[in-house]
Formats: sequence, structure tokens, C-alpha cells
Amino acid sequence: MNIPKLPIGTAIETGIDFLAVHLAVITKASAKVVEAVLRIMESGLLAIPVPGFIALAVCGIWLLTRDRKMSVASAIGLALIWNMGLWPATISTLVLVVVATICAIALGVPLGIVVAISARLHKIVMPVLDIMQTMPAFVYLIPAIPFFGLGKTAAIFSTVIFSMPPAIRFTCLGIRQVPAELVECSVALGATRWQRLLKLDLPLAASTIMAGVNQTVMLALSMVVIASMIGAKGLGGEVWKAIQRLQMGHGFEAGIAIVIIAMILDRVLQKLGAPKQKK
Amino acid sequence: MTKIQVRNVYKIFGPHPKKAMDMLAQGKSKAEIMAAIRHGVGVHNASFEVQEGETVVIMGLSGSGKSTLVRCLNRLITPTAGSVLIDGKDVMTMGERELRQIRQRKMAMVFQNFALFPHRTVRENTAMGLEIQGIPKAERLSRATEVLALVGLETWADAYPRELSGGMQQRVGLARALALSPDILLMDEAFSALDPLIRRDMQDELINMQNTLRKTIVFISHDLDEALKLGDRVILMKDGAIVQIGTPEQILTSPATEYVARFVQDVDVTKVFTAESVMKHSEAVAYLPADGPRAALRKMRKHNIAYLFVVDHNQRLVGIVSADAAASLAAQGKDQLSEGICTDIKTVLPSTPAQELFEIMSDLPYPLAVADENNKFKGVIVRGTLVAVLAERGGVA
Repeated sequence: MNIPKLPIGTAIETGIDFLAVHLAVITKASAKVVEAVLRIMESGLLAIPVPGFIALAVCGIWLLTRDRKMSVASAIGLALIWNMGLWPATISTLVLVVVATICAIALGVPLGIVVAISARLHKIVMPVLDIMQTMPAFVYLIPAIPFFGLGKTAAIFSTVIFSMPPAIRFTCLGIRQVPAELVECSVALGATRWQRLLKLDLPLAASTIMAGVNQTVMLALSMVVIASMIGAKGLGGEVWKAIQRLQMGHGFEAGIAIVIIAMILDRVLQKLGAPKQKK
Repeated sequence: MTKIQVRNVYKIFGPHPKKAMDMLAQGKSKAEIMAAIRHGVGVHNASFEVQEGETVVIMGLSGSGKSTLVRCLNRLITPTAGSVLIDGKDVMTMGERELRQIRQRKMAMVFQNFALFPHRTVRENTAMGLEIQGIPKAERLSRATEVLALVGLETWADAYPRELSGGMQQRVGLARALALSPDILLMDEAFSALDPLIRRDMQDELINMQNTLRKTIVFISHDLDEALKLGDRVILMKDGAIVQIGTPEQILTSPATEYVARFVQDVDVTKVFTAESVMKHSEAVAYLPADGPRAALRKMRKHNIAYLFVVDHNQRLVGIVSADAAASLAAQGKDQLSEGICTDIKTVLPSTPAQELFEIMSDLPYPLAVADENNKFKGVIVRGTLVAVLAERGGVA
């Protein structure tokens, strides 16, 4: 018996093509705007002399974490990147990561709140998140191209999609973990849902949400590298170039730079997420 | 005045409460309904009233529906059927806004596990209800500080809940409720999570506080001793239904059902105790002929009582004088008490079994004097304390 192939791929393609045709005018235009903004940010950051930038960054890290060892390690790491000649690529990657993360969090956290509150949405969104997280990251690159064309906007678009699930998941989890007796107490005190969210849910969920933000940043960083295939450039672009030219040394240098950035971001965010020791 | 009126309240847990209600109407039991359609009967036809200033204890074992019932009062749980009237207004027909109003200002709740907000200081926790009412920060914090002084925690105002012991945490819970100046306090097993000694202290404090504040209190407890000690009346629940409502004496002396009887049998220490063991050694007596009406009145005021036993210089009991009698003597300018003394009073011997005291005291308008064979004054038995003392010792014995 000959079972015909189900037209899943065709259906998705038709759908996306349809959207692309009708939305391309808007999306392509917005891609231009985004790219211009990114360029301004990059050149702005690159205008700062590198030693000054490193000094500023280390000061910032110390102020945020109050961890001397980490500040020194960050200084050495950043200096190494500069030394390897990867500074411009690093700044470009950082800008992409920061912009993509801000978008992912701005979308993910509110969505997580809504999903935590509505049982019905929770049922719908959770499996979608499962799919989003298990889908191979590369797949997100493909639909980004018809909408935004090759380039950084497409990279940011696929990065946001790829890195948003933990922000949603952790926000939802944090809010659902608020002890039932505290929820009951706030209702008994006559709080509105909005008051409950601001005075109880979000403060108690804060450290969980920060853990989600940390994950989002890490995923964004990894995706920004992958997105070099569709023109994200930056450190990922260096790796991608090294693969195509089989330059093992250069590939590893870019890899090390990515590791340094990842570690700095991770540690700083972990420190911010840890519940503050009051008194 | 009737403050709370609960009429035929039912609460069914499950997706099809109607089915379970029909089965209840057919006389099926809670267990049968659970077995047949897996619906829980939380509250089964509960009706009772609470008067203003009264302390009512709803008591029962876990699963008896007492916590569900108290949550029906402020509609944390919406009853399946019936009505709950607070000051004559039915909370069942209230809209969201009106319901919030009532929760914010009229009824405050104290929880078994304290339910303090871990990210806020003691003071901020206390001010939480006021914050929700939208009262400006400076005002609500200063009010919180006042209430904290009332529960003896003013020095801990800036600490976080986790730094406090259980008893102190519950004081914060109580302060948070009192900060709202509510008419009604709902206390859900408020002292159950505390150590026995701390629990007793808190009970005593609540009784003291209640003497001045006169709130309407609905107190949930699974502890009969606590119920008898705190309650002006006690409501006994089993399987979601009310099995008896009565004063502590009524519950102890005439249990309505076998179940209540079994419940109270452990407390039935009345046979063991005698008048001597439950009486108070009262210093509040008037001496003849030294004390005149004014001195008697002063002693009554000092001890916050409305009567005074009168003894002669040999400690022999002469009679009792009421505040009214002493006041009218004083108004007439008399300086002797003798005219105002009621000499025809009931006394018991120190060896009288406590069991008989209930009957003797049941229609006595004033406290019972304990005197020995030579009519020498030994002490006083007050109705409320009789039950409390018995309950407390029964728990220890």
C-alpha cells in the first residue's frame, strides 16, 4: 500500500510564504531601521577607546557583584579578547545579544505572567514552548530570511524566538510557586489581582525570573553564533569564516572570546538573581 | 446585635455540585457521595449566628469542614448554596468591589501558618492591609507601629519574619489583622502551629485583648481545650455538618450526640476536681467593719469586677455586695457597708466535686463563694474560669 506523504512541509511553506508576501514590505522596512540602529550602537561603543571600555566594564562588574576575584578575571578576559584582535567582533556580538535579550525578556516575562494566571493559556502555551525548545536552532534561521532578508535583523528575530522560552517558563514557574497561603492571605486582605501581582507574585518570583533571564541570555549568546550563517557577523561570523577556511586557530580564538563573554554575563546575572541578604 | 448570620450553607467540591446536592437531599452521606461520584462535601447545611462582641469557636477534627466554613464567611470559598449575612448584607450577592471592601475593612483573617510575606519587614507586613486600602505610606507605617506595640513587638518592627519565633510571627499575623480595625476577626487555627506553652500565652492574651477590644471573633480550632477556654459559644462540626452549638458548659454537661460525648469524655475531669482545686484565691474582699462603700467600690474598680464578697475580721463570710448597692450607699453618704450586703448567698465547701458546681452555678447571678465548715472564706469560683480551668487541667492530666 502506498501512503501519500502528508503535506506538512508544504503547508508550513505556503503559510510562511503567504505571510512573507503580505508582510514583507513592513518587515523589510523595519529590518532596515533595526540595522541602522544596531550600526549606531556598535560604532558608538567602538568609539570608546578599548582600555577605557574595559576599565568601565570592570568597574560596572565590581559595582554589581562586589566580587574582587571576578572583576580581576573579567579584566584579564576582556584584555585577552582585545589582544586576539577580536574586539570589534565582540562588540558586534554583544550588541546583538543585548538587543535580542531585551526583546525576548520584554515579550517573555509578560507572557509568562499571563500564562501563570490563565490556566487555559497555560495548557496551550506549554506544549508550544516544548516544541520551540526542542526544535533544532537552525530551523529558526530559515523563516527569518524571507521576512527580513540576510542580516542582523533576521539574526535577532530568530534569536528572540529561540531564547524566549526560558523567560516565559521561569516567570510562570516563579509565580505559580508563590505559596498558596500567601495568595489566600492577600485575597483575604482584599487585594485586587493587580495588587497581588505587584506586591506578592513578582517580588517572590523575582529570583526565579532572574534565573530565567540568565538562561535567556545564554541561549541568545549561543543563537547569535549560529545566526552568523544568515549574516549576523560578530564572533559567530569569525567562527563561521574559520570553518569555511579550515582555520583551526582562528576558530578557537573566536570560541574562547565567546566563552569569556558568556562567563562574565552568566556570573554577573547569577549574582543579580541571588536573593539579597538583607541584614 | 447579630453580626454574622449563616443560613443553610452548603459547599460541594467537584465539577458537578448539583448532583451531589441532589444526593444530599436524598439523605446520602458524605462518604457515600465521595464513593459514588467523587465529590467532596465540605459544608453540609450549616446555620448559625454570631452576636456582636461574641467569640464563637468552630471546632472539629481535620476534615470536618470548619476551615471551609470560615472561608465561606469572607467568600475565600464561595458556598454552593445558602447565604452568609454580615451586618445583614449577603456576601453571596456582593460584587467583586463590594467584597473587597468588606475584606479590607470589616473582616480580617489570621492564618494557621501565619502567612507573612517573607520579603517584607514586620512593620511592612503589619501595614499590608492598609497598603492594599491605598493609605499613604507614612500614615500606614505609623499605624502599623502602634499596633505592633499592642502585641509587644515594637522592637522587632524592622526585622524580617524569618528572624522571629513562631509565637512572634503569629503576633505579627494578629497585628496585621488588627491594623485594619475590623469588626470581625476570623482566626483559622491561629494558635495550632505553636508550642503548647506559647499557645496558652497567646490564648490568655487574646482573652485579655478581647476584654477591651470586644471584637466579634470566629475562631477555628481542633483543640477542645482551646475551644472551651476561648469560646463564649462553641460550634461542633463533624463531616461538614454542625452537630451541636452551645456554651462550653452545655457542650461539657449535655452533649447533643454520642459523637460530642466521645469528644468531651477526655475533658470530663469534673469528677476528679473539687471546688477547692478550681477556685480563685481572691484578694478582692471587703472587710467589716473597716471598709466602707467607697473602699468597696475602689476595690471593685481595681479588680475590674461588679461584686465583692464581704468578710469579718475572722475571715468569716458575711455576704456579698454589688457595685450598684455600694454606689447607692456612697451616694447617700453612708460610711458603713452593712445595709447593702446581701447575706443570703450560696456557698460550697472546698470538697464539693466540680461536677456539682455546674448545676449550682447555672442560675446563680453572681460568682460562687467557697467557705469551709466554719464559714471561713476560702475563694471564688467564676463561671467562665471554671470551664477554662477544667479544660486546661484536663488537657494536662
